[in-house]
Amino acid sequence: MKNWIAISAALLLVACGQQAATTSAPAETGGSRSGDFGPPQGEPVKAVLTSPPLVPPPTGRTAPAKVIVELEVQEVEREIAEGVKYTFWTFGGTVPGSFIRVRQGDTVEFHLKNHPGSKMPHNIDLHGVTGPGGGAASSFTAPGHATQFTFKALNQGIYVYHCATAPVGMHVANGMYGLILVEPPEGLAPVDHEFYVMQGDFYTVGKYREKGVQAFDMQKAIDENPTYVLFNGAETALTGPNSLKAKTGQRIRLFVGNGGPNLVSSFHVIGEIFDKVQPEGGTHPQENVQTTLIPAGGAAIVEFHTEVPGNYIMVDHSIFRAFNKGALAIMEVSGDARADIYSGKQADESYLSDKVGDLAPVAAAAEAKAAGKLTKEQQIAAGGALFKGTCSVCHQDSGQGIPDVFPPLAKSDYLLKDPKHAIDVALNGLTGKVTVNGKTYNSVMPPMSQLNDDEIANILTYVLNSWGNDGGAISKEDVQKVRANTKRAEGAAH
Amino acid sequence: MRHAAQVVCLVVAAACAHTAWAAQPAAPRAAIPGGTFATILPPAEKLKEATVRAFQMDRRTVSNADFARFVADRPEWRRDRVAPIFADAGYLRHWPNATTPGENLAAQPATQVSWFAAKAYCEARGARLPTWYEWEFVAAASATVPDARDDPQWRQAILEWYARPASATLPDSGSTAPNFYGVRDVHGVVWEWVLDLGSMMVSADNREQGDPDEKRFCGSGALTMEQKDNYAMLMRIATLSSMQANYTSGTMGFRCVTGPEPRP
Repeated sequence: MKNWIAISAALLLVACGQQAATTSAPAETGGSRSGDFGPPQGEPVKAVLTSPPLVPPPTGRTAPAKVIVELEVQEVEREIAEGVKYTFWTFGGTVPGSFIRVRQGDTVEFHLKNHPGSKMPHNIDLHGVTGPGGGAASSFTAPGHATQFTFKALNQGIYVYHCATAPVGMHVANGMYGLILVEPPEGLAPVDHEFYVMQGDFYTVGKYREKGVQAFDMQKAIDENPTYVLFNGAETALTGPNSLKAKTGQRIRLFVGNGGPNLVSSFHVIGEIFDKVQPEGGTHPQENVQTTLIPAGGAAIVEFHTEVPGNYIMVDHSIFRAFNKGALAIMEVSGDARADIYSGKQADESYLSDKVGDLAPVAAAAEAKAAGKLTKEQQIAAGGALFKGTCSVCHQDSGQGIPDVFPPLAKSDYLLKDPKHAIDVALNGLTGKVTVNGKTYNSVMPPMSQLNDDEIANILTYVLNSWGNDGGAISKEDVQKVRANTKRAEGAAH
Repeated sequence: MRHAAQVVCLVVAAACAHTAWAAQPAAPRAAIPGGTFATILPPAEKLKEATVRAFQMDRRTVSNADFARFVADRPEWRRDRVAPIFADAGYLRHWPNATTPGENLAAQPATQVSWFAAKAYCEARGARLPTWYEWEFVAAASATVPDARDDPQWRQAILEWYARPASATLPDSGSTAPNFYGVRDVHGVVWEWVLDLGSMMVSADNREQGDPDEKRFCGSGALTMEQKDNYAMLMRIATLSSMQANYTSGTMGFRCVTGPEPRP
């Protein structure tokens, strides 16, 4: 009964609001019903195919054409990460495959060639095709053969294509996907740069970054537990010298696809906001978006404008994928600083909360060190001030620690038998069982590597000369040496 | 040295009577007991097992040197004489000339050979190609057990083959470890032709077989095949189903069997 009332109310609303609805809702394109502009006109055109991250130029056409696409399947061994090789199956020799660009209404004559060196048969299912299998059955191609089929691109948008030969998951996991753009009849608005970025997940027998030739791991793929999550098929595809490049004051358009086979991408560019997104590759845009979801087997068009120079990092914001599985790409934006929009760091001061003490000795010690006149007394005074802020929470002001939880520093045999070892503990932390003055402690001290070399030297000198400890001094140089020889744990830099 | 000697023999053989090679006895084949087993390609709806009768199978794949003897004996199968309907343009293209594979290729499995040519070879030896079920029955074996298909490590070892690009040189015929039945090269070397290719591959005018696209791509493949996680076998089937009988490929070889004719 209640539902019935709600429905009638809704009906009434529809009747009343009809006027408003027609003015605010975006116009429908009509989809495939409106996408046939008649037979192709003029001479056939050979499609320009590009390797990622490049995008072919706009078609510039105003009438439907016959477009010939020739795509070659190649099985190639190549680096997936530094020192790690993997046999990729590719459309056009790259992961993702060659970018294809046509205009709505075009008639596309598609030639799929399978290199004679291939082990496997392959085919192609283009999500932009209207017809059973998206072309898959018509393009099933044995090694050393070529097939042909033709379709009319009735719907505009950005579409994934992929291999659909059994076992499909394995063909996709090996890199067999790419994007085809079907331009709207009027074309896309001009921008300064268009780039082609596509995410995929990869499954190797060896662990992340385990060197050597790595084979596909079927069980990991079935478990949806990827070893790598990558943009453009390699950990270094869009970083370092391969970073995307732009200038400030430019309009950027990214065609972002997700080949999967398993994961959905939470695509985000750190430090940018997408002015416009065509989510799922659809026609009507969303504006002012932070992170857009890209389904496996889906794509989006995202646009933003560059204002502030610097590095902009693209990630799958399922963030362990970015920092521990490789889903990271960089766009370097060059140009003049815009402090009015983004200042950069304006201050970096010690903040010690309720533990704030008098930090004057710290400043005095730093000055004396720089002048080459630092005394042990100054070190102890500075170290004492810092100890209160950082160390005393666990080890206590008295240096006695907390029984059974945090070990004492006062008269600690563990500390005093090798004071230099304390540098390593301060920098890298300490986890697991230690025996101090005959008692066993089993807890975790986090690395204090945020402290600079002066600070660690002074704190340790303070510790070595307090609570009855019998002296000694640690210099800045001692700390530098240990820090230089310390390997940061994987991912710790992030 | 051994290869060179084979090549010399070939030249001599070519001059001799054409039946001399065919009359030579084949190397002893492995005895396969046959049996009923769960197949990846169910013979009929709700029938998941296939039965094969006892047969004898070549212990290794046919090598280029073997195939050169056949070509010398049956020159209509030379690459410069073969009828185009029996072999595509890739047929024996990797040989340096029309009659010999050359020393480097002699011991490797014969590839770039069409199904028609493979079938003719086996018939010339008084044998035939194995059926899919015969091949699948033998291929289920590891070194120690007749059916290792549920062993994930064994499966993974087979998949490693795909981590090697096809351009790498093929291992010599017979160079891999024998399986439970004493048959070598079943996995990790080449694909192999099977006699009943036509029932795996649906030709363009076979209209009475229902949807001609069945098994050709993902959807139907995923529905009709059993053991969906047996990727090694899925790929065999995908590959065989992509091949027409006149096609050749650098990774498609074959071997022969003798035994009762397969049931229709």
